[in-house]
Amino acid sequence: MQKIIVGIKRVVDYNVRVRVKPDGSGVALDGVKMSVNPFDEIALEEALRIKERGEATEIIAVSIGPDDAQQQLRTALAMGADRAILVKTDQAIEPLTAAHALLAIIKTEQPDLVIVGKQAIDDDAAQTGPMLAALWGRPQATFCSKLTISGTVATIVREVDAGLETIEVDLPAVVSADLRLNEPRYVKLPDIMKAKKKQLDVTDLATLGVSIDDGLKTVHTEAPKARAKGIMVKDVAELVDALKKKGLVS
Amino acid sequence: MSKILIIAEHDGKKLSSASARCVTCAAQIAGGEITLAVFAADPAPIAQQAASLTGVAKVITITDARHAQSLAAVLAPQVVQLSADYTHIFGASTTFGKDLMPRVAALLGVPQISDAMAVESPTRFKRPIYAGNAIITVEVAANRKVVATVRTASFEAALDGGAATISAVNTDAPAPTHTRYVSLSAAASDRPDLQSAPRVVSGGRALASKDNFQLIYSLADKLNAAVGASRAAVDAGYASNELQVGQTGKIIAPQLYVAVGISGAIQHLTGIKDARTIVAINKDAEAPIFEVADFGLVGDLFQILPALEAALS
Repeated sequence: MQKIIVGIKRVVDYNVRVRVKPDGSGVALDGVKMSVNPFDEIALEEALRIKERGEATEIIAVSIGPDDAQQQLRTALAMGADRAILVKTDQAIEPLTAAHALLAIIKTEQPDLVIVGKQAIDDDAAQTGPMLAALWGRPQATFCSKLTISGTVATIVREVDAGLETIEVDLPAVVSADLRLNEPRYVKLPDIMKAKKKQLDVTDLATLGVSIDDGLKTVHTEAPKARAKGIMVKDVAELVDALKKKGLVS
Repeated sequence: MSKILIIAEHDGKKLSSASARCVTCAAQIAGGEITLAVFAADPAPIAQQAASLTGVAKVITITDARHAQSLAAVLAPQVVQLSADYTHIFGASTTFGKDLMPRVAALLGVPQISDAMAVESPTRFKRPIYAGNAIITVEVAANRKVVATVRTASFEAALDGGAATISAVNTDAPAPTHTRYVSLSAAASDRPDLQSAPRVVSGGRALASKDNFQLIYSLADKLNAAVGASRAAVDAGYASNELQVGQTGKIIAPQLYVAVGISGAIQHLTGIKDARTIVAINKDAEAPIFEVADFGLVGDLFQILPALEAALS
């Protein structure tokens, strides 16, 4: 196998509790810490391990987002990606448009494998991987918790609702990384320095011939309904009493 | 008029309650006609169950030996072929639906709505983002098919009482051979199903070992409850992956949720927000789980659990 493409999305850091703007126009993002989507870090880590086993020669990190997404691509380069491509757009795009942009890159780069996170922790859509596989006409292996490559075939263990499902796909294919696929490495300072010299190309949707799909529009954003404040009980007897009163235990 | 196609989810014998919840969501689209599509090797028993759900007008069956397993790459082109007659295509927001529906949407060239949690109009839906910390209302452009996964925790299951017609249909969409099913390893369990159980007992990192996690099973047995787990407990190997509750695991809405030794990261809380009553047992009085709990008890779970079981006997 030659090339692996990894999707890297710039998202609000997972430790940040986002606030909805009072006017309902979205969530407040000013001054909020941004990071690589955690599932994409797992995707990249898996690609790095495949390369370290000698089963791939080049890893390309691709992001679609604002100019600042270069920071997340630098992180990916510091982790070990060989080069990076930013598809610059200042507009929020739906997964379908992201999939079209990735497809355009794929047509040029001809990777043998694409690994993305199973979902991004901002929109929680979990669509880009399978959408890309559909547009590409190639296999998808979503929710991957184990990936083995043997020649032109990949075997994937998937975390599904019923348990663990194993499937086999012909390469090239799209794999979406689940939590337990691996534990991403920490970036070391010398690697951050080295990453500054690695190639990072910037393109945009128009250059790739991709138009933004506007078939789905967000018209309003609101805060979720808060749960009513509960009570603290002092011991097991009081807890069981309270549950009995509500008819929850007999 | 809206014509809604729901892709039925099943294990080869039984229709999933997730599909019955999809029916309830679809029934909220005013004037809609609901059809369930059953792709199976032997669809008859599943089709019967689907046809008996209140609100379902039609059940169509697509029989094929390859449908003994649900591979998105095999199913999606067939769903696309069936979709010509429908305005809406729905699937549950389960690993089955999340695998299949984006592939269907992309083949149709339309965006997809993930985790629809409320129906505002035939083209307008609410859905959660940021692990449920914000809710957005999305509008599908006119004249485009609505493809969505339905957040099952937001809808009750449709009840029996319907009498839909059942008919067999054929598709001639080519089935790719590039994706092959190998096996499924599922823990055999007589316990209630986590996704649909009225009561759930979940354990977290504080259980500290797989052996200790038996305490959760024991309390669950006492309550006739399903067993869940936090991500930390699954990562540590105390419980298997299909038990994980939260943003990236299962989103559930039981009548009673008992969280034992779970601190309550936002990723976990998003999975339980719709539970009717939440009980939290944790030794840290500052744990965020107490912010959402209806009843909180601070203390050592290793003392509380045996006492609780005894009190329930």
